[in-house]
Amino acid sequence: MDVMTQLQRQWREHTAYLRKEGYLDDQFEQLQKLQDENSPDFVAEVVSIFFDDSEKLLNNMARALEQKVVDFKQVDAHVHQFKGSSASIGAMRVKNLCIEFRNHCEAQSLEECVRCLRKLQYEYSVLKNQLEYLFRLEQQIRAAGV
Amino acid sequence: YIGGVFDVESLVEKLLQQLASKQTILVNVYDTTNRSHPISMYGSNVSADGLQHVSTLNFGDPFRKHEMHCRFKQKPPWPWLAITTSIGILVIAYLVGYIFHATVNRIAKVEDDYNKMMELKKKAEAADVAKSQFLATVSHEIRTPMNGVLGMLHMLMDTDLDVTQQDYVRTAQGSGKALVSLINEVLDQAKIESGRLELDAVQFDLRAILDDVLSLFSGKSQEKGVELAVYISDRVPEMLIGDPGRFRQIITNLMGNSMKFTEKGHIFVTVHLVEEVIGSTEVETSSENTLSGFPVTDRCSSWKGFKAFSQEGSTFPLSPPSDSINLIVSVEDTGVGIPPEAQSRVFTPFMQVGPSISRIHGGTGIGLSISKCLVGLMNGEIGFVSIPKTGSTFTFTAVFTNGCSNPNEYKSHKINNQSNSASTEFQGMTALVVDPRPVRAKVSRYHIQRLGISVEVVSDLNQGWSNISSGNGAIDIVLVEQEVWDRDSHLSSLFINNFKKIDRRTPPKLFILANFISTSRTSATTSGDNTPSIIMKPLRSSMLAASLQRAMGVGSKGNARNRELPALRNLLLGRKILIIDDNNVNLKVAAGALKKYGAEVECADSGKKAVSLLKPPHCFDACFMDIQMPEMDGFEATKLIREMEKHGETSVEAYDNVSNWHVPILAMTADVIQATHEECLKCGMDGYVSKPFEAEQLYREVSRFFQSVPNGNL
Repeated sequence: MDVMTQLQRQWREHTAYLRKEGYLDDQFEQLQKLQDENSPDFVAEVVSIFFDDSEKLLNNMARALEQKVVDFKQVDAHVHQFKGSSASIGAMRVKNLCIEFRNHCEAQSLEECVRCLRKLQYEYSVLKNQLEYLFRLEQQIRAAGV
Repeated sequence: YIGGVFDVESLVEKLLQQLASKQTILVNVYDTTNRSHPISMYGSNVSADGLQHVSTLNFGDPFRKHEMHCRFKQKPPWPWLAITTSIGILVIAYLVGYIFHATVNRIAKVEDDYNKMMELKKKAEAADVAKSQFLATVSHEIRTPMNGVLGMLHMLMDTDLDVTQQDYVRTAQGSGKALVSLINEVLDQAKIESGRLELDAVQFDLRAILDDVLSLFSGKSQEKGVELAVYISDRVPEMLIGDPGRFRQIITNLMGNSMKFTEKGHIFVTVHLVEEVIGSTEVETSSENTLSGFPVTDRCSSWKGFKAFSQEGSTFPLSPPSDSINLIVSVEDTGVGIPPEAQSRVFTPFMQVGPSISRIHGGTGIGLSISKCLVGLMNGEIGFVSIPKTGSTFTFTAVFTNGCSNPNEYKSHKINNQSNSASTEFQGMTALVVDPRPVRAKVSRYHIQRLGISVEVVSDLNQGWSNISSGNGAIDIVLVEQEVWDRDSHLSSLFINNFKKIDRRTPPKLFILANFISTSRTSATTSGDNTPSIIMKPLRSSMLAASLQRAMGVGSKGNARNRELPALRNLLLGRKILIIDDNNVNLKVAAGALKKYGAEVECADSGKKAVSLLKPPHCFDACFMDIQMPEMDGFEATKLIREMEKHGETSVEAYDNVSNWHVPILAMTADVIQATHEECLKCGMDGYVSKPFEAEQLYREVSRFFQSVPNGNL
């Protein structure tokens, strides 16, 4: 199947690209290894939970930073959560940004935190697009193989 | 005075008759009254030269004086005897004097030399001692920090690095490893020179060693576009006893040299028994019959000079004695060759062919001399033949002992250990190799046969097709050389189409044996279900098995995964594990990971739920608890659980007759700080693992309280 080989190649290249650019690290590969005939959509499921959680957390962070009196501990807790989940799926860039964000929270500098949040939101949306593209490819491959 | 008449003649005669014979003495008598005019009275007028004796005659005449001159008629002869005698004595005296003089000189000189030699000997001994000390020091003092550096770099690789940093670390590692190998080479040389190198005698598998060396060079050979192949004769036994490390060192050195100096064509390593090649002197070196088609040197010339092969000096019996195996190994390449003027220096240490070689290619020039010494230690010989612009062939022999218990096991050379399952899976299959070059086909056949597959060889696609379609023996695998495939794309697409038409349950799988990754491959003109997979050369049986497995789906996927960490599976199979984490993503990932090892997993997302779930009695075998959770964190929850376990208010029966509950609780933490560790232990946890899971660490912690369940039954 010419289409199939092409799709597979695209998938491989995209994954390699994501690894190379640092969007994903080894943990993502570990996740992919956990996917088998018993749980054929494991990665997709985990990632969708991640998307849901992340959006909630980002909203919470934004709201917390908009308060008149900012509760940095609260923000820090959200960032910690975000860091944990991004580490679990291997989203390296996001995780690193979270680490930076936590430092700013400790230092209690509002400006830096806001800036960090913007960056985080940006990175997250980029990652989301990349992963969604990857999953679309997977769906196409599956469809082509039937 | 009266006067007298004298007859002078009779006087002389009378006077002198007694003195001399008339012939030899001449007498002249002169009247010398007048001094200026002597009157000759007797005697011939022979001029008076020479010695004459003048005596006065007194005839009694007072007025006249007379003289008599006597001389020898003949000049006195040279006193030869005296002369020679004196000369002789002179000469003898001179000679004797000379001999004395020379002897004394010599003795003085010899004594002088001796003293000098004693000095030098002392110096040399001191230098030798210094060298040994230097060796001992260098080996330890340089290698220790070097190993430290390499170790740290290795650990650095394992940490979080971005791509640039990884690149830097890798480069540093490469340089470090090169330095270590250089040091080792130099030390080897020194050890050999001082005669302190000893060979091991252990059992080893020759084919595995060559597989390793092949994999070492396969990347480089693909990069350079040089075809690499290894062939080991069937008659070489499976196991040998000898020093595998040193043997590998020799082969790596020869192949490394070939790799350095070869830009096109091939490098072909062959291993035979000496008995196999000793008779054959004809080796086809025509272009058609070499591995890659490039001309090669005549390998027989490389062992022509070996003592073991010569008729006269051979203590080498024609039938192999008892256990000893005589191997002959050749490394043939189509590189730039060695110029004739440099050929005599090839085995001299530190000699490179040209001064620029070390700059271009690196290396110290010791490799070959070390190899020569090692070959000597193995009771073998090493030689080569080289033609500039054509290539070189290096050959060496070595003696090992047979490592197989049954000496008749020549034929069985399956790969051992890991791929044992592979060889039994492929057992009985048949493969067809399409390759016009017999040498290359022989190599392919050798590697495929190692997997237990029987092999047929044909030289082009048409013949191959007729074999497949007509054969009553089912052909399971078809391997086509890249060059055959690329040569005629029309033929190849026809081939594939025909494949589709094969009326069989499982049509044979098609593979292409390729040398280099060509990007044009993906834009193949082929279409259909049977697009051929590519197997990269150099062929290695293990890699071949893996590729075949992948393509043919032999062996379940589950097996492949479990092979990764069977130990963890043994520990966790069937265990009931509780995971506590307030983050859903983490929960799912952790659960997935544990399920992979066969555990039964339950999840909860708060400390409170954990406490209620772990109230005894319960059937959990272990619990993984996140630390940072809202409301009740991991420490608090664990403390409560331990309280519950200790102070049971209910009676012992309610606890299922177990009086000591202690469910193993492991903390899951993203920040592994010392303080956290102490906290964990303080509140009753049994250990901690990092988030996300790291297989080795997980195994370490879990094995502390789980025993391996060998067959999965609790």
